[in-house]
Amino acid sequence: MITLTNIHKSYHMGTNSLHVLKGIDLEIQQGEFVSIMGSSGSGKSTLLNILGILDNYEKGEYFLDGQLIQNMSERKAANYRNETLGFIFQSFNLISFKNAVENVALPLYYKGVRRKKRNAIALEYLDRLGLKDWAEHMPNELSGGQKQRVAIARALISQPKVILADEPTGALDTQTSYEVMDILKSVNAEGITVIIVTHEHDIAAMTDKIIKLRDGNIGDLIVNGDLASFKKEFSKELQPA
Amino acid sequence: MFDIDKWQEILSTIKKNKLRTVLTGFAVAWGIFMLMVLLGAGNGLSNGVGSNFQGNAINAMWIWSRETSMPYEGFQSGRSIQMKMSDLEAIGEMDNVDKISAQYWIGDRTYAFENEYGSYNTQACHPDYKIVENYQLTTGRFLNEIDMQYGRKVMVIGTDIQEALFKKIDPVGKIIRVGDVPFKIIGVYSEFDPREGTRQGLIPITTAQKLFNSGERIHNIALTTHDISKKESIQVEKDIRNLLAENHKFNSEDERAVGIYNSLEDYVETMSIFSAINMFVWLIGIGTLIAGIVGVSNIMLIVVKERTKEIGIRKALGATPASIVGLVLLESILITALAGYIGMFFGISLMEGVNFLMEQQAQTSVAASGDQGEIRMFMNPTVDLRIAISAMMLLISAGALAGYIPARRAASVKPIEALHDE
Repeated sequence: MITLTNIHKSYHMGTNSLHVLKGIDLEIQQGEFVSIMGSSGSGKSTLLNILGILDNYEKGEYFLDGQLIQNMSERKAANYRNETLGFIFQSFNLISFKNAVENVALPLYYKGVRRKKRNAIALEYLDRLGLKDWAEHMPNELSGGQKQRVAIARALISQPKVILADEPTGALDTQTSYEVMDILKSVNAEGITVIIVTHEHDIAAMTDKIIKLRDGNIGDLIVNGDLASFKKEFSKELQPA
Repeated sequence: MFDIDKWQEILSTIKKNKLRTVLTGFAVAWGIFMLMVLLGAGNGLSNGVGSNFQGNAINAMWIWSRETSMPYEGFQSGRSIQMKMSDLEAIGEMDNVDKISAQYWIGDRTYAFENEYGSYNTQACHPDYKIVENYQLTTGRFLNEIDMQYGRKVMVIGTDIQEALFKKIDPVGKIIRVGDVPFKIIGVYSEFDPREGTRQGLIPITTAQKLFNSGERIHNIALTTHDISKKESIQVEKDIRNLLAENHKFNSEDERAVGIYNSLEDYVETMSIFSAINMFVWLIGIGTLIAGIVGVSNIMLIVVKERTKEIGIRKALGATPASIVGLVLLESILITALAGYIGMFFGISLMEGVNFLMEQQAQTSVAASGDQGEIRMFMNPTVDLRIAISAMMLLISAGALAGYIPARRAASVKPIEALHDE
């Protein structure tokens, strides 16, 4: 589903340049549930932006669903995002003057779906996430967990192949965080690839594969067998809390 | 462009920011309102003063003789000049002269009809005098060539005389006595300009020659020119002066000997002042409008800044740059066009209201006093629809212009930067 080969990215600020990604090689199969970890400055957000075609890269190749993503026009990138990707953000990023249904329906607006139809579909998705009764509420009338569920519904409505989540639990308490993770798990169970960026070990421990970034390189790749010990280690850490 | 969803998107954003939208729109509405009021006022002034020229043909000239002020070829100064029919004929043959008429005043006589009588002035003239003075006939006909040929004792009276002597009776065909001489009334004339009055009886010049012994003498010459420019008109004036100077042996530089009033010169000068005023009005109006448009542009920039995050979200969800540009541009056009329309509506209503009140006042004041001798400086202060429509077009393109820079900026918003948490 996703293949990265030797991806380089640096940011230029005046005369300084910051080399953030120094040759990332990565392969993610369809239906995987992956987390990207790393300390701040390790390049995890940059990587997610590149995966989300929100930013471009300087060197290397990025294949998304068999398609090379390189030097795309904004228009084409917008279409790709709309067709194949769903985004979930730490701060939810709902549009404040639109109610829950309208927020969820927005990607379909850009797909050209008629208003009545897209609102009906949006309501269906909200129902699936247990928010049917909150459909007409504005974002500021919802709790953090509800907002994130609305955002997940919005990410799912365009039936993407990949869900990209940037610290989806970063603004939530533990209880709600786990609820959100459960939802993402069930989404993944339907065959959608889910990639989350997080710095919380317990959240990362719930995924199938952990990619640890260190100074712009992939430091560790924890899969399957290793994951069990990782889980053990961090669930221990969680016990007192 | 006309997709309902897009408009719903725009309307929903406008609805969420009512105060901001209203304040922005107000600047534009005010601009167009001022433009309409100024244009209306300018038109009113121009129409009002223009109407004062309606009393005569605008290309008319009057020539009257006076006394010389320079000695010439052995003649002393102070000699009075007397124009003759031969002068009239010579001037009538000049290239740019169209209609021409003599004026000869017989002086005040008693006009009598049955038991009514009054003292009025009688003027002898040619049939073309009607055109020079721009007289309107309320009934009957004006003097004609046959009257001239036979020196008929016919008379066209002014509306004042009709009202005073005939009351409700139709005067056409009636006999009026001027002193001892009976005249048959053939028509009644009226004047546009109330100041000129209609207290005269007009008779053919040939009749005056026979009855009042005027001979070849005439007092004034009144004429109209062909459709010529102001410059040519001044040349005609000069030619006439030279011709009379030759015929009557006075210095052609002697401005005192013959007086000439050229109405075209006056008209053109006055109207050029108004076209200057009109230009000035447009300048101010457009200036005010530009201020409003810059306001819209400014607000839209702030709006885009404020909505950076929202635009970022939209882009992440698959909005193309074109759809973002459209969103901002259409909002800007909508605000400008709607506000402009409201401003235009109020501006035009105000001027039409003022016009209505003024018409009413004019009617009642005429009815109350019968005094028509006031000069109108202001009349029909309205803007015609063509100008209003072109102002509308201006508004829409202004809206597009105002939205363009902010829209470009919106389209260049990078989703990553927009979505960064502070």
